[in-house]
Amino acid sequence: MAHGSHAVKRYKGILDWLTTVDHKKIGILYLLAGGFFFLIGGLEAILIRIQLWKPMNDFVSPDTFNELITMHGTTMIFLGVMPVIFGLMNCIVPLQIGARDVAFPFVNALGFWTFFFGGLLLNISWLTGHVPDAGWTSYVPLASTTFSNGPGVDYYVLGLQISGIGSLLGGINFLVTIINMRAPGMSFMRMPMFTWATFVTSLLILLAFPALTVGLVALMFDRLFGGNFFDPSAGGNIMLWEHIFWIFGHPEVYILILPAFGIISEVVTTFSRKRLFGYSSMVFATVLIGFLGFMVWAHHMFTSGLGPVANALFSIATMLIAVPTGIKVFNWLFTMWGGSIKFTSPMLFAIGFIPTFVMGGVTGVMLAAAPADYQYHDSYFVVGHFHYTIVGGLVSGLFAGVHYWWPKIFGRKLNETLGKLTFWFFIIGFHLTFFVQHFLGLTGMQRRIYTYLDGMGFNEMNLISTIGAITMGVGVIFFLINVIVTSAKPRTATNDPWEDGRTLEWAISSPAPEYNFAQLPLIRGYDCYWKEKMEGNREMQPAEPLGPIHMPSPSILPFIMSVGLFIAGFGFIYHQHIVAAAGLAVTLICMMLRSVIEDHGYHIEPEEIQAKGVKA
Amino acid sequence: MPPAAPRMATVNTEEAGLMGVLKNRWLQWLRLTSLLAGAAMLLSACGRADLSPLNPQGEVAKEQLNIMKISISIMTLVVVVVFTLAIYVVIRYRRRPGNDGIPVQVEGNHKLEIIWTVIPLILLVILGVPTVQTVFGQAKDYSKDEDAILVNVTAHQYWWKFEYPQEGIVTAQELVVPKNSTIVIEAKTADVLHSFWVPALAGKIDTNPAGNINRMYIKTPDKTGIFLGKCAELCGPAHALMDFKVKVVDEESYANWISAMKAPAKLPEDPAIAEVFEKKCLSCHAVGDKGVPVYPDLTGIGDRETVAGILVNTDNPKYKHEGTVYDNLYRWIKNPQEVKPGNLMPTVELTEEELQGIARYLADYKLHYESEELRNNDATSDKEER
Repeated sequence: MAHGSHAVKRYKGILDWLTTVDHKKIGILYLLAGGFFFLIGGLEAILIRIQLWKPMNDFVSPDTFNELITMHGTTMIFLGVMPVIFGLMNCIVPLQIGARDVAFPFVNALGFWTFFFGGLLLNISWLTGHVPDAGWTSYVPLASTTFSNGPGVDYYVLGLQISGIGSLLGGINFLVTIINMRAPGMSFMRMPMFTWATFVTSLLILLAFPALTVGLVALMFDRLFGGNFFDPSAGGNIMLWEHIFWIFGHPEVYILILPAFGIISEVVTTFSRKRLFGYSSMVFATVLIGFLGFMVWAHHMFTSGLGPVANALFSIATMLIAVPTGIKVFNWLFTMWGGSIKFTSPMLFAIGFIPTFVMGGVTGVMLAAAPADYQYHDSYFVVGHFHYTIVGGLVSGLFAGVHYWWPKIFGRKLNETLGKLTFWFFIIGFHLTFFVQHFLGLTGMQRRIYTYLDGMGFNEMNLISTIGAITMGVGVIFFLINVIVTSAKPRTATNDPWEDGRTLEWAISSPAPEYNFAQLPLIRGYDCYWKEKMEGNREMQPAEPLGPIHMPSPSILPFIMSVGLFIAGFGFIYHQHIVAAAGLAVTLICMMLRSVIEDHGYHIEPEEIQAKGVKA
Repeated sequence: MPPAAPRMATVNTEEAGLMGVLKNRWLQWLRLTSLLAGAAMLLSACGRADLSPLNPQGEVAKEQLNIMKISISIMTLVVVVVFTLAIYVVIRYRRRPGNDGIPVQVEGNHKLEIIWTVIPLILLVILGVPTVQTVFGQAKDYSKDEDAILVNVTAHQYWWKFEYPQEGIVTAQELVVPKNSTIVIEAKTADVLHSFWVPALAGKIDTNPAGNINRMYIKTPDKTGIFLGKCAELCGPAHALMDFKVKVVDEESYANWISAMKAPAKLPEDPAIAEVFEKKCLSCHAVGDKGVPVYPDLTGIGDRETVAGILVNTDNPKYKHEGTVYDNLYRWIKNPQEVKPGNLMPTVELTEEELQGIARYLADYKLHYESEELRNNDATSDKEER
């Protein structure tokens, strides 16, 4: 093969991270950035709970409070948990399917940097003092220039558009990767559940994010250029925004929770030493949840006056989601049934996840009954419900995944004692915080209020909720200590550090080499690595001879393109159209350069691979 | 490290044992169900009678609570099943020291999988049927019903306007309605989205702009009382403070109230105060037939339960937001932004004397519509509860 002509480009230090197109490094960048925004969102949550710990408190002003709730919701969803999900997908999915990288490494890097700079743009609003304050749903007319004058909501509109590019690129990339790059023998029905969840999630991203983008572009035209999409006095319609937002917004909650389902399936099987109970029904349930997720958006709008036919239909459609979700829950329980359960920290989070998520799920069915929702809607009951699914569910799932795959990603196992402390503080704090919120809502406390009057019967429950939030905060601090302590340790993790690994990522070194697999493995069944182990093999059987491995070149262009969009965003927000044009020009020039510069990447020769101890 | 050799089948799970345990448990769960229904009943005693959806006073809220009870019962059952199963599994199948065997790798079980698909479906039918019935039942349009009282509700940042088209009167912040009647609410907004919510009487309805009117109805209870109303949709900084009251009165008081509201305005007796009031207040507000009805109507404001919807009028103030009607009016007019940040009422330039005079006049502006029965009722149950 003729491949000697390309020089091997390798950068060191910070430039390595800015130019990397390696899915494992991009995954780590996602985890770092997502973790950073998660901490900001968490701090906002603590401030909200401090304001509400007693009636008529004046810890923050009403304006600041609205900014806090808006930024807490937006940051947590778009900049906190989604990037951590993308981080785990990046680090793990190519390893699970036996691929050497994702299908579009350059696009992958671009996706990360657009997300990062979009998130940065949104959060810089705290420094400029013009913070979005119309809620994470940004309902018009409150979010229109008539009622939200000044650049606050513009940060939301532009920040989310830029970071939304990243999500969409990531979704497309994983779809193509999973469809095209599975190792020989890795049929769809042999894919691990986390890969299946990634696949369905990516499909949801592909279909849902464009809806959000369209809505945001329309809102941007209204706010910046005097458009009339949502201005009723000029023939616009505010209901249009609600529909567009929730046509995106409801699939978004499944975009968030499906990967957590995938993680739980992996962790539960590993630490029960058992095959997943009802694998094909799990796959079916995942796909069905993804499908039904698009059919139920209007249950967020039961009180907006849709009429009885729509309300009844969306009630029933929403209730149906309980069925595939129930299948999943019972399959997990029966995976553990008859197993040999080892209580590691990831397993604790997974075990905590199951009943907690069920509690969030059943309140979801309660909310689906439209006439009852007329009471629950926009009350603290809803706040309790969605935090049970997103925090008790998704964040527990992410903690499980991060503890589980940490050795594979970083080559070091997190400290188990600190991991267990994280779990207990987090889960106890979580239930303290959010369980009582259901009853606050049921006794008449509406959500998004910066204070409440004394004597309403809300005082004690709000105090408990605040204490719970601080307890959760302590749990997160234990996690941070764990990360720091672990980073100081040597990289000693073995290929299969939990000793019961079932899927392909545990067959290679921790962390994986940059080319992942010296030889693509031959997949002989579901739980392929477990199968080989049970047959007495120490390694996967190769599906090809050892040869030169083609690698993509690193590139600084994704970073610069995203900086260009960041500058353009600023220009639009402050109506400096020259700045905006300059920023867009930077991005467009980079796109042109990417198109005209020929770069075929480089090859890693077998000699180099063998030098690292891989046998031919 | 991968294990050196396969070790199979040491921990064993017999299918029969599994099904047997399930059957026993199922019987226990059935017995639990009746217990749970009882627990759901207990819930109905929760919260303030004038505020809590769990303690409903009107028919609409009662129907909604029924749906809640059905769903809470079913869902508690589900939660108990999952918790029991989870706790059992985690304890029974923990890895014991020295037991390093490989469990049987079960692929699945069709019987079980069908059971946990079909049972949830049945539960959903049990919940779904009454849900759909209530959705359509509560969508009933009473606006053509001659006995129903029509109220046009217009939400504003951060106050509520109540218009009675059949009577041709307008009031604000306090919806006065007779007991034992059907009230048709036609809701809209003058600015951003709000949501009209009287938890103890009925669920909420959003207020949309631009002629997109939403309709709902309230059935008032057969006793008098005051019920708390709230704005439930984020509408700006003072969203938390956009409260209102629904005052359910007897028929006699209601008739008196209507005629008193129609009576000509009563202006301050002191001509100096009257002049300032007309010049500085009636440029935005109205009393009776005088003034500009752009902002909240002030007719009979001395009778209302609150000032600005949030300062509760009481002779025995306990909390920061309570005071006598005079004190509350004084506090409000002196600095409206301190009470309700972001509202549109400016701090009007008044001398101390003018301020006191206007507050005194408004505090004394009463309509004296309450029947003896209502006054007695007010003096006992309601005032005590508040």
